[in-house]
Amino acid sequence: MIPMVPKFPLAHMIDVALNWLTHNFSWLTQALSHGISAVIDVIITGLLWVPPWLLILIVAAIGWRAAGRRVGIFTALGLLFLWNLRLWQPTVETFTLVLISTLIAVAIGLPLGIAAALSKRTSRVVMPVLDFMQTMPAFVYLIPAIPFFGLGAVSASVATVIFSTPPTIRLTALGIQQVPSDLVEAADAFGSSPRQKLFKVQLPMAVPTIMAGINQTIMLALSMVVIAAMIGAGGLGGKVWQAIQRLEPGKGFESGIAIVILAMILDRVTQRIGRGSPAAGAH
Amino acid sequence: MAKIRIEKLTKIFGPRPKEGLRMLDAGKSNAEIREAGHAVGISDVSFEVEQGEFVVVMGLSGSGKSTLIRCLNRLNEPSRGHIYIDDEDITTYDHDQLLKLRQHKISMVFQHFALFPHRTVVDNAAYGLEIQGIEPEERRRRANEALELVGLKGWSDSYPSQLSGGMQQRVGLARALAVEPDILLMDEAFSALDPLIRRDMQHEMMLLQQRVKKTIVFITHDLDEALQVGDRIVLMKDGRVVQIGTPEDILKNPASAYVERFVENVDMSRVLTAQAVLQRARVLAFPGDGPRTALRKMNDDNYASLLVVERDYTLRGTISVEAASKAVQDGLKTIEPLIEETPSIPINEPLMSIIGILSEWRWLLPVVDENNKVLGVVTRAAVLTALAENTPDKTTSAEPESEPESEPERSDAA
Repeated sequence: MIPMVPKFPLAHMIDVALNWLTHNFSWLTQALSHGISAVIDVIITGLLWVPPWLLILIVAAIGWRAAGRRVGIFTALGLLFLWNLRLWQPTVETFTLVLISTLIAVAIGLPLGIAAALSKRTSRVVMPVLDFMQTMPAFVYLIPAIPFFGLGAVSASVATVIFSTPPTIRLTALGIQQVPSDLVEAADAFGSSPRQKLFKVQLPMAVPTIMAGINQTIMLALSMVVIAAMIGAGGLGGKVWQAIQRLEPGKGFESGIAIVILAMILDRVTQRIGRGSPAAGAH
Repeated sequence: MAKIRIEKLTKIFGPRPKEGLRMLDAGKSNAEIREAGHAVGISDVSFEVEQGEFVVVMGLSGSGKSTLIRCLNRLNEPSRGHIYIDDEDITTYDHDQLLKLRQHKISMVFQHFALFPHRTVVDNAAYGLEIQGIEPEERRRRANEALELVGLKGWSDSYPSQLSGGMQQRVGLARALAVEPDILLMDEAFSALDPLIRRDMQHEMMLLQQRVKKTIVFITHDLDEALQVGDRIVLMKDGRVVQIGTPEDILKNPASAYVERFVENVDMSRVLTAQAVLQRARVLAFPGDGPRTALRKMNDDNYASLLVVERDYTLRGTISVEAASKAVQDGLKTIEPLIEETPSIPINEPLMSIIGILSEWRWLLPVVDENNKVLGVVTRAAVLTALAENTPDKTTSAEPESEPESEPERSDAA
């Protein structure tokens, strides 16, 4: 019976829609692509211009301040090891992509999360979209990214942003909704405007939860940046992709371990930020 | 002019308050209205609060007292009726007027303190001032003054989590006082504290009130607390006002079986005051009286002693029958040298402490006003009679329901 029903032309419809979008908006996306690409290049060039030992010292110091001595030492040792493996440049490339993607993801995710927390209607629209974004296999985003943004780092970061924004949105909304209702009532009782209530009570109280969301976003961004090597994102993912194509398990694991080390550093350092605030200790 | 005038205030919770109001008008019971998906918060509540008055709204869980207090600053939006503050109907206020009202005129103290954990004590106390847009130094100074008023000097830079419950509520009180409001709303403000601390806070609140003279609406489910602090008590049940009166009115003339059940287990000696047993001092002696005059005054009324007062009724002391007789024998001109120093009590002294004084003092016990002028006397017989009349017979009365610790709150904050 099934073959009697003609196939629903889902793939065709999406292709048509994307073609139309590409045709009409590629001027915009291409311009955007040039802009982002320039920023990425500047950052990578800048970071590579700094001598690796100095950069390692700076990053380790940030880790120490943010998350304590142990994380500081671990950061220094981990980065020194990556330098020793001659993986310094791909590490910097990957880190830059993660940084850019995370900044964009937070810039989009924070306001959307706030909007979703404050308005039920926004929440009803946003949450299913987030489910869709998160369950769609990450590779799929790569395909349409190419016609819009071309091969390379920009497409990778766009796909990464789509894939990694949901936790920031979700946890920002959650953090704000979890502020105890009597505190919100107290803010109201003293005549706070909605804006004052948001900035003086709800957001400060939500900081630990929001930071947890940003931490997850960073982790997802890192994993996506690696996958994005398939469309020419370069970096550590590029090394892994090369090793797969050339069947070099040693090199593959070397780059893989480098990714793990980078992930651990990013995770430990960002996890502790926000824990220091008194709001975190009170509940 | 009343500071707060509440007129026929009704609050229906639920998606369609209008329908709830219609059902209420049709005389449906709260239970029937609830079945239709609405909840009656309060219905047809009317009363007035005078400037500087300490009014306690009391009732059990679900009696609507929390809803009522939240209507006064429109954290709950009234469904019908009017609230006049300084003769302005605040139910017609727009958003901006409402914010101004909450910023300047009315502030609130919460049951679970509701302090901001990410702010220091002084920044908590300064919250209302910050919202008003006052400069940092100025608000810090005023917040510190408020903290000093509640006895928290030196704790400014601590965080709320470092403070005990009683101290946290003082911060809550300082936060409310710092904006120098006319009206203070206190929502079960002391209910979350343990009994000893609660007693202290009640006492301090009364002392504080004598200094700051705010108009206070205080909510509690604890009758002892209501009697302790309230100038007047508004008793609520099922969203309606059951009785309004002074603590003594409510104790002596409970308006319904519901009120009676509340009143049953109250320790009368703590609640009744000298006022209840005051008698007119029918005869008084004056310092210039001769001893014979004093003796005759005593004989006329069969007293063993007389109170001695100045012409303006300022208390001087007591002259006993023995002293007066001796003065006659010694040929003294006046009774002045024989006046004994006498204890006196204020008009609002609880019977409990009067009993204590009476056990040590055998003559007439004068009741005086704040200027030490005699208002009347109390006698041991009168005190004991009052206690006997007002103590309920515990063996025949049903056990009163225990009062709940707290009540779940509905809220629809504006």
